[in-house]
Amino acid sequence: MRRTFRAAAIGLAALLALTACGGEDDPFETDKGGSTEGGNVTVGSANFPENVLLAEIYAQALEAKGVQVTRKFNIGSREIIYDQIEKGTLSVLPEYNGALLAYLDKTATVSSTDEVNKALTAKLPASLELLDSAAAEDKDAVVVTRETAQKYQLTAIPDLAPVAGELVIGGPPEFKTRRQGVLGLESVYGLKFKQFKSLDTAGPITVSALEKGDVQAANLFTTDPVVPAKGFVVLEDPKSLFSAQNVTPLVNTKVANDTIRQALNAVSAKLETPALAELVKRVVTDKEDADKVAKDWLQTNSLT
Amino acid sequence: MSDWLDWDWLASHGELFAALTGDHLYLSILPVIGGLLISLPLGLACVRWPRIYPPVLGTTSVLYALPSLALFVLLIDFTGFEPLTVMIPLTIYTLSVLVPNVVDGLRSVPDPVRQAATAMGFAGIRRLLQVELPIAVPVIMAGLRVATVANISLVSVGAIIGIGGLGQLFTEGFQRGFPTEIAAGVALIVALAVAADALLVIVQRVLTPWSRA
Amino acid sequence: MTIFELTWRWMSDPEQWQGPDGIPARLIEHLWYSALALAIAAAIALPLGLFIGHTRRAAFLAVNSANAARALPTLGLLMLVVLAAGVGLLPVLVALIALAIPPILVNTYAGIRAVDADVVDASKGVGMTGMQVLTKVEMPLAVPLILLGLRTAAIQIVSTATIAAYVSLGGLGRFIVDGLARRDYELVAGGAVLVALLAVVTQAAFVLLQRTTSAKVRGT
Repeated sequence: MRRTFRAAAIGLAALLALTACGGEDDPFETDKGGSTEGGNVTVGSANFPENVLLAEIYAQALEAKGVQVTRKFNIGSREIIYDQIEKGTLSVLPEYNGALLAYLDKTATVSSTDEVNKALTAKLPASLELLDSAAAEDKDAVVVTRETAQKYQLTAIPDLAPVAGELVIGGPPEFKTRRQGVLGLESVYGLKFKQFKSLDTAGPITVSALEKGDVQAANLFTTDPVVPAKGFVVLEDPKSLFSAQNVTPLVNTKVANDTIRQALNAVSAKLETPALAELVKRVVTDKEDADKVAKDWLQTNSLT
Repeated sequence: MSDWLDWDWLASHGELFAALTGDHLYLSILPVIGGLLISLPLGLACVRWPRIYPPVLGTTSVLYALPSLALFVLLIDFTGFEPLTVMIPLTIYTLSVLVPNVVDGLRSVPDPVRQAATAMGFAGIRRLLQVELPIAVPVIMAGLRVATVANISLVSVGAIIGIGGLGQLFTEGFQRGFPTEIAAGVALIVALAVAADALLVIVQRVLTPWSRA
Repeated sequence: MTIFELTWRWMSDPEQWQGPDGIPARLIEHLWYSALALAIAAAIALPLGLFIGHTRRAAFLAVNSANAARALPTLGLLMLVVLAAGVGLLPVLVALIALAIPPILVNTYAGIRAVDADVVDASKGVGMTGMQVLTKVEMPLAVPLILLGLRTAAIQIVSTATIAAYVSLGGLGRFIVDGLARRDYELVAGGAVLVALLAVVTQAAFVLLQRTTSAKVRGT
């Protein structure tokens, strides 16, 4: 009896040790409290494929320069991850300058890349640093089906004014409370929709809701392969509510050093919108792995 | 969206599956062990002092009913978007399943057996460890099996806050509209649960050799 | 700010009580989806469990389905269902029902099986037909376990319906998912507390039901 209990206890301990091993080598095991001494950097991402891909590109670019990287992807919306990078649990994020500015300053009205970056640098706390913007942009867009566009004669966002009251608009939950979202559509374009429906972050739920008519307008992204694939119509944004949206690395100053800055700025220097759209298509439509797609791009651009 | 499986994708991602499975085991086994370590003394206390059992049972019933997602998000303020945020609620869930089982198991020891053991010189801890607990093993193990299987399944809900072990296959698969990836996650989790359950059955047989006689 | 302070702040804001996003609307949604799923699951699993318990056929199905269901990850299932059939109540309902059937099935079967064989024999001896034995003897005695199965299923459904907010279902989970995305901790805390309360109340209701019916059964 004693022997079997001892054996069971040893077996249990062994199992525990095994799972601890499994926990340590995998890339998703995080530092407790996100400590970043000795060049260990935590790259985070928001909860949609393009951002995961960009974060993976950053991560690999950093690793190529000898930086030790911990990955924490798919955490949530900007509302959540901004908090995390400000606190220091994350050290690097792929951000979009216009959207970040709109998040930090609800009254910002600038729209060009330079203006946005200037305003952003002024608005960021001392703990955060903005690196160089890429030419690549991915903007939030208000999108309708071809049928809806034809029915109401829609080509641009202002065209929605007469019919908005009959329409339901959908997007990720945070779209409702953002200036680059329902709030701005009302304050800048005077649109009052019948209702807002929480869907997902430009994913299959948003697409399905649009197709089924649960919503008549939806928030998707300009690099979304699904927009051209489904023949959706992106409504023009003449007042530039959605402003410039250059992919820009955001770094926590405790971690920032020249190696990191150089590596990430080098990525920004080479990243262009058509290429980004193509990369996103490979991940979302062709179901290729983000890490392989990232590696390919980095190699093509001599960044590894 | 086609529900057909992309077998090539499944065949080429073994490394990813292995890494996530290790992560998943870590997230689901630690709470089971933690829950067991808490529920054994707690259950013992309830048997020794029966008056505390009804309130304890009431509390564990309530804890059992709480939806896991609610607990995960409530903990974020305290433990952040870290594994602990998933493991603490799962530990609570485990002990809410195990405490009644520990109590029932210990109570199932027939009085004559207990008295005989005392007469033979087994007292206190020795009697507990060498006579009562072994007899209670089947009932405790039944609870342990339920808790383990449920934990392995519940960890994946943590994917909603970025900590889901194999649940990560769900988030990524869903974002890309890729049923194969989601199905892989489901299959692996079920396989893991079945394997863990089978392992526990073996452990039970090892711990109760008289039942094999 | 503690969870309860946050919840209190949220619930005392009159705006939260209006409109399709308000507390009453979401609560009713959640209750409605849950009740519907429970009713349909019971309609399927109760007769099945009674049949399997009474005739002892396909017992394997009853006994093992609960373990299998407990292993199925709800989030994955919900996602697969939505990818296959698009957004909407029906796909999610299917998943809710599928996950609720096993506990009802297993406990109904166990309840019938637990009826003393002697009692069944005696009833047959008195001249009761199979159906009469089932309805007049086995079922009443199985009620406590059947109710336990329904209670387990109800809690399972309330919990799964919460998670289903992630795939765009309404209900109380909406507050948690939306609150998380908007970093609105009042919403998150309030939603989580409401959901927890609903689960506890559901459990209490069934416990009460179990106590009153078992008192009645004992009385007979």
